[in-house]
Amino acid sequence: MKHAGSLFFVLTGIWLVWSGHFNPLLIGFGLASVLLVLVIVGRMGIADHEGAPIEVLPRALTYAPWLLLEIAKANIDVVRVVLSPKMPISPSLFECDSTQKSDLGRTMYANSITLTPGTVTVEVREGRFKVHALTNAAADGVKSGEMDRRVTGVEGQA
Amino acid sequence: MILAASAGAPAGIPDAMFPFLVVTLIASFVTMALALTRASLGPTTFDRILGVNMFGTKTVLFISLIAFVTGRRDFIDLALLYALMNFIGVIAVLRFSKYKQFSDLDEQESQGSPPGVEE
Amino acid sequence: MEMALDILSWLLIACGALLGMVGGIGLIRLPDFYCRLHAAGVTDTGGATLFLTGLMLQSGLSLITFKLLAILFFLLVTSPTATHALASAALSDGPEPLLDGSRAKRRGGGSSRN
Repeated sequence: MKHAGSLFFVLTGIWLVWSGHFNPLLIGFGLASVLLVLVIVGRMGIADHEGAPIEVLPRALTYAPWLLLEIAKANIDVVRVVLSPKMPISPSLFECDSTQKSDLGRTMYANSITLTPGTVTVEVREGRFKVHALTNAAADGVKSGEMDRRVTGVEGQA
Repeated sequence: MILAASAGAPAGIPDAMFPFLVVTLIASFVTMALALTRASLGPTTFDRILGVNMFGTKTVLFISLIAFVTGRRDFIDLALLYALMNFIGVIAVLRFSKYKQFSDLDEQESQGSPPGVEE
Repeated sequence: MEMALDILSWLLIACGALLGMVGGIGLIRLPDFYCRLHAAGVTDTGGATLFLTGLMLQSGLSLITFKLLAILFFLLVTSPTATHALASAALSDGPEPLLDGSRAKRRGGGSSRN
């Protein structure tokens, strides 16, 4: 129920932002379509902690700035590698641990790794990721496990 | 060239910002050209898909820029639609290149190939 | 004040476009499909973020800002998913990754056909 409620607010917000009209008729249409979506989602049984992960939102909001900073740093590294005439790349493929317990947590961790340029998650299995890294520095960043620890913190007990 | 023909910067932006706009446009076009080059050269299918994917991302950014330059802010909706289509398109092409058909493999295998799709 | 905001926003837009171009250059220069994924990542994350942030500053605080934010969020969620799908498909039935040990064949010059 909590998830359905959060989904209702998110969908209504999206409708309002995209329509930009605030007369009763169009808001009525919006409410009708949001309710229709909620009914369909309820029948599909996907309005759970994975379909509408409202619990992780406050912790994810503290994680996002750190991730953006990491992305900025990794961007600078990759730009330097690409633009330098000799292209000092040292591609490597290695495995790393993931300590997340749920699929949602693993998805967040895999996407975070891929989102930082220089590292790409190539294969996801329970507890083990296969990661391709462009440089040794990028590989060491993933191997240090700090991102893994932070994502597990975001995931919490959900 | 249309931009150069009209007097100064287009309506959406002040004159002083015109050089920035020129740099942005040239960089965008060069990126698109490079992505298309990779898509047409690309030794493997995956290189081609990657090039098309980057072209799509760049198109999303380009449409949003057009929305501001021409002052037609409703183009932003088109940009979002294009982002959705780009993602779905990449996944669909990837799936097609892997299974040679769009429908679910497990269901179709027992019934032979679906109509219209050659094995 | 208005002017400073304008300059900042156009600076961000131009930097985003240039960063995207660096990604395109990497897409051509890097020797191997798996390395090119990283170059595409630069365009998808850094380029898109700077570009759309600049446009957000242009639009002031309006519904357009939220739409741009939604586009940015959507790009940041879907681009790693597409990249991962590409990479895992390529690893299962695509080219072998060019790893550090097998670099002898690599030519440093940046030809796109090696």
